[in-house]
Amino acid sequence: MSDPILEIQALYTRYADLIDEGPLAEWPTLFTEDAIFKIVTRENVDRGWALALMSCDSRAAIEDRAYAIENLSMTIPRRYRHLISGIAAAPRGADKWNATANFAVFETIEGQPTAAFAAGRYKDVIVRENGTLRFKEKISITDAASIKNSLVFPL
Amino acid sequence: MTAHERQWNLNGTHRVPYWVYTDRSIYDREMKDVFPRSWNYVGLEAEIPNPGDFKRTNVGETSVIVVRGKEGEINVLKNQCAHRGLEVCRQDYGTTRAFQCPYHQWTYRLDGDLTGVPFIKGVGGHGGMPDDFDRKDHGLTKLKVATRHGAIFATEAETIEPLEDYLGEKMLKLFDRVFNGKPLRIVGVSRQRIPANWKLMFENIKDPYHASLLHVFLVTFGLFRADNPSRTEMDKTGRHSALVSQRSTNPLTANAATQEMASFKEKLELHDKRLLDIVKEFPDPATVVMQTIWPNLIVQQQANTLATRQIVPAGPDAFDLNWTFFGYADDDEAMRARRLRHANLMGPAGFVSLDDSEVMDLAQRGIHVDAERAAVVEMGGRGSEDHDHIVTETAIRAFYGYYREVMGL
Repeated sequence: MSDPILEIQALYTRYADLIDEGPLAEWPTLFTEDAIFKIVTRENVDRGWALALMSCDSRAAIEDRAYAIENLSMTIPRRYRHLISGIAAAPRGADKWNATANFAVFETIEGQPTAAFAAGRYKDVIVRENGTLRFKEKISITDAASIKNSLVFPL
Repeated sequence: MTAHERQWNLNGTHRVPYWVYTDRSIYDREMKDVFPRSWNYVGLEAEIPNPGDFKRTNVGETSVIVVRGKEGEINVLKNQCAHRGLEVCRQDYGTTRAFQCPYHQWTYRLDGDLTGVPFIKGVGGHGGMPDDFDRKDHGLTKLKVATRHGAIFATEAETIEPLEDYLGEKMLKLFDRVFNGKPLRIVGVSRQRIPANWKLMFENIKDPYHASLLHVFLVTFGLFRADNPSRTEMDKTGRHSALVSQRSTNPLTANAATQEMASFKEKLELHDKRLLDIVKEFPDPATVVMQTIWPNLIVQQQANTLATRQIVPAGPDAFDLNWTFFGYADDDEAMRARRLRHANLMGPAGFVSLDDSEVMDLAQRGIHVDAERAAVVEMGGRGSEDHDHIVTETAIRAFYGYYREVMGL
């Protein structure tokens, strides 16, 4: 079997690509059916408050979010660019890892220069399901409490 | 051009000149005549449950500390050291026994009184403050505070009517519908910096006309639609308002009203239907009440998501929107989970409110194209009376009626 850290890195690369380059509709396939996906601010985590900017507790809800972004929301055209670094994974039994990584996301709104949009940390649980690695939990924790206008795509 | 040179050349408010959103002198006057003289929402008591708990926030642009004192009382203090003017509070929230300025370590009690001045008597016979220096004269500036069922308001005004009279009977009743005296539980906070004039946020909530058109989510799932039983109400001054509506019981059928809504998607179905598993929790039939309280508060009840939105102006072209989502202390596990799911509708990434922050960005950019033109605000007529429907901009006209009075425009 190949080194799991390389497979885990590949999963993060695919995660960023499906958001930044598309197709976003395939982004939910990176999650298990019972997956939890949340974007939370460090402020809420530190204060013990459960509120999330995006909160999905099933792959079905993740699919709804992906569909809404592309088809239901009125948004000014833009692109996100994820830089993910410092991926670390600790095994938690067979075919299960706790993974952490840093992320930085740049936003380019049409007609404007690129700007730093968000930075933070992933705290994830990854499992191997029928040979494929998927996120069972994906928690994106933003360092800043404040969002620059709108949060359109996943972090 | 200065504010007093600006002329609102119209009887009525069915035209709103764009310079009210762009002109620095208008903005500067708002900072003097609107915010300091009103009851400003600054937070919920549940955010600072214990003595010493504090949060940093703003009244208008002014940085203030909202802190629970030793006896459980709530103090709102200007965040400015009496010595050299530094911000004494450097954290958004926390718990403390005192506030100490880092520069010369002047120390203030939770009620703002000055207790400590290092070297007040000098060192070795040198220096020290003059003999007539009295710490009592040098506390943090205290704002007047009012609370209503867990919501905290503050004002710099020396004379102002009691909060209940300020809200007026009609608006107080709607306010008490959500703030009904039951202990509150904080779900969490969201913050966003929106690149638009602060008044556009108010207008957005006072404008039910857009809600039926812009918001695919609301329209498609019947949460807020032009053909739903609804009403648009104001207090007697016109400064506060409320949109009250009842969810369509037949949400997925195309009809005469939805024909004109380009955004209506008849076939749309959620993969995870729990996003809208709405439970009735208030005695009246309304499923959405959006209330705006002059000059900086929106109270939101949509489905089972309850929130306050505090508007903090940041120059003519930007404001911060601080959301505090809450429930009740007696919410069961299912309701706690439901409120979190329904919160997906709102906030900086909300299925509904995301459309609004984007539209406000476009509005501010567009207004700058020619600030000498004026907005046409004539849906539902040119007056500013209550309406028993939501195909109207009457609440915006009422708001500007009061605004013109306060601003002398």
